[in-house]
Amino acid sequence: MEIVSGGSTTMGFFTTRLDKMIGWARKYSIFQYPFITACCGMEYMATACSHYDIDRFGAGLPRFSPRQADVLFVVGTISQKLAPVLVTIYEQMCAPKWVVAFGVCTCTGGFYNDYASVPGIDTIIPVDVYIPGCPPRPETVLHGLMMLQEKIQNQKQEL
Amino acid sequence: MASTETISKTMFLNIGPSHPAMHGTVRIAVELDGEIIRSADVEIGYLHRAFEKHCESGSYTQCFPYTDRLNYVSPLINNFGFAAAVEKLMGIEVPERCNYIRVIMSEISRICDHLTSIGASAMELGAFSVFLYMIKAREWLWELVEEVTGARLTVSYGRVGGVKGDLTEGFAERCRPTLQKVRSVLKEVDDLLTHNRIFYDRMKGVGFIAQEDAIEHGITGPFLRASGVAYDVRKASPYFVYDRMNFDIPVGENGDNFDRYLVRMEEMEQSIRIVEQALDTIPEGPTNVDPEGRVIEPSVMADLGKIGKTLGLLTNEVLIEPTLQGSEKRLHAAVYTASKQARIPPKEQVYSNIEALMNHFKVVMYGHGIRPPKGEVYYAVEGANGELGFYIVSDGTDKPWRVRCRPPCFPIMAALGKILIGSQLADIVPTFGSVNMIGGELDR
Amino acid sequence: MTETLTLAKIKQAFGASLIEAHSQLGHDTVVISKSAILDVARMLKTDPELQYNYLMDLTAVDYWKRNPRFEVVYHLYSLANNQRLRVKAPLGGNEPEIDSLTSLWAGANWFEREVYDMFGIRFKGHPDLRRILLYPEFEGHPLRKDYPITKRQPLIGPKV
Repeated sequence: MEIVSGGSTTMGFFTTRLDKMIGWARKYSIFQYPFITACCGMEYMATACSHYDIDRFGAGLPRFSPRQADVLFVVGTISQKLAPVLVTIYEQMCAPKWVVAFGVCTCTGGFYNDYASVPGIDTIIPVDVYIPGCPPRPETVLHGLMMLQEKIQNQKQEL
Repeated sequence: MASTETISKTMFLNIGPSHPAMHGTVRIAVELDGEIIRSADVEIGYLHRAFEKHCESGSYTQCFPYTDRLNYVSPLINNFGFAAAVEKLMGIEVPERCNYIRVIMSEISRICDHLTSIGASAMELGAFSVFLYMIKAREWLWELVEEVTGARLTVSYGRVGGVKGDLTEGFAERCRPTLQKVRSVLKEVDDLLTHNRIFYDRMKGVGFIAQEDAIEHGITGPFLRASGVAYDVRKASPYFVYDRMNFDIPVGENGDNFDRYLVRMEEMEQSIRIVEQALDTIPEGPTNVDPEGRVIEPSVMADLGKIGKTLGLLTNEVLIEPTLQGSEKRLHAAVYTASKQARIPPKEQVYSNIEALMNHFKVVMYGHGIRPPKGEVYYAVEGANGELGFYIVSDGTDKPWRVRCRPPCFPIMAALGKILIGSQLADIVPTFGSVNMIGGELDR
Repeated sequence: MTETLTLAKIKQAFGASLIEAHSQLGHDTVVISKSAILDVARMLKTDPELQYNYLMDLTAVDYWKRNPRFEVVYHLYSLANNQRLRVKAPLGGNEPEIDSLTSLWAGANWFEREVYDMFGIRFKGHPDLRRILLYPEFEGHPLRKDYPITKRQPLIGPKV
């Protein structure tokens, strides 16, 4: 099926509405894969549990299989030894998929500028949202999550 | 006649590193005979972040943020352990109030650590509500930690020669009810887990380690105490003011997962006891006195002869950022050493007179900084997982020549492969959970 | 005093291999030559009066530009006497080697692997001497002073 988007035809109007609807559905049914390695995992736990309750934002269900997840939360420092594992996990996920870099180590490497750490996971996989902080507070995480939802809502939906 | 002989082959199974029960940073390759584990190869190092190399390349003060991230569930203990090691090397005494603060904050950290450990362990066995309860309690304690240190997790609260700032006003009044709330959560969890058939069956008799084996492997902490050895650094060689506290060392009998769970539960209760005692007996500052014994407020300690035109400045109230709360109070002297080698002056002095400013820079500036004498030191504190030791070699400059951290869960992980042999595949999860593996500390 | 007892016993039994014995900051320290490490450790562990049954820590220090360059540091602890002891053994050369203590303490296994990984010190008689924190493809030993901290050897991704 070929859909010409952006035109003033009824077909274009239809796809834009469809895009919005799918985006709306997708942004509130985020199945995350928490790739937890380090300190940030503690804040991830805090965010996921009852105090901050990430479930309110439609992202309450972590899936521990990459094939069932659509958002990869990379939480904590990625060492050179772990980098191939992360890439494998990313490749195992089905499209459409998004990646959140949680914590400054995943954004840039943070203050672990050394032989053992990856200087930002965007050197090995594409990243959609960066949540800086060492570790980010749960409020920051929730803000990052909402930014991701906005991005999902506004993007062109792949079917 | 056909042969009825069956060919039995072992199977290899790889668990982790990205597996929910492996906490993201450990890989276990097990050889299985049916459900029984014949051998287990534990692979670590997925969170190696060059802690020791980083410490060598920075000044002593710059090591603190890295020590936070060793055992990131109880960062305060690491902070104080490192600070105490450097202090021992320099021969610095810290004020009594500071020692009390260190005890209080260490024990709060220990409770947080055990809460996380038991919560995660219970969650992995299916008791999800316990996890939620524990994290809820941890959140209350983190609010206290945040109030004092300014951060929830990566606190960097320790300093060579003291702590960053004093306890906030009214801390004790907020701390006591929180501890009571934590107690009630512990009671609730105890009701949910201790006599729970499923939990009991999964934990009892699983992951056994004998006393001799544990000592042979260098295991310390709750893991050792569950096997019946009452070794605790807080009792064996008391540091800070632990010798003035009244507390018991819980000891298990069977050396299995269930005993480790019981030991951790009881340790939390003992930690609460310690915090309560310390809050009752903590001395008040300030401690700086003039020759006649009158108390000197830090704000009038400036060199009067050199004030000249800056006289107006001194009497002015210096506005200080809210993030520096605790460092500017008159109690600063009560939590910081008197030794000028390591002492950062109170903030209102740094902002208002040149001596304090210079003193401040001498301690923190590149090329100056804290300079312990040549020598080496090993200082051990009781971390949440066992003996946390810092071995520091100083060459007399402002950078440590070598910093070695003795990670408490490293020997436990070394023994894990042996503990797992003969148990069932499903037993990996509770046994590994009872180790309380913390990646930052294990791999550094 | 047990401190002097430990030092006296070592002096008496291993006088020839003892390089130095002192007590700094209340911590007994002995420096012995590397050939005697296994015997000294065995004596310390099995002597009924000393009973250093814990190998608390095993690490190494790289004194770059000094000869001998390396030093392996053992921290022993006696549960019965509540006594600590530091044993050091200097090692020279670029391919240093020392006897493994795995036959005495099972816990020495991983500690020695880590020292091998970080410093490249080989342990004679170690059953499984391979890298532990880093990956097999890694070249060099990062805690040696001549290894720059930012020299990365990535397995995947750009070489930065």
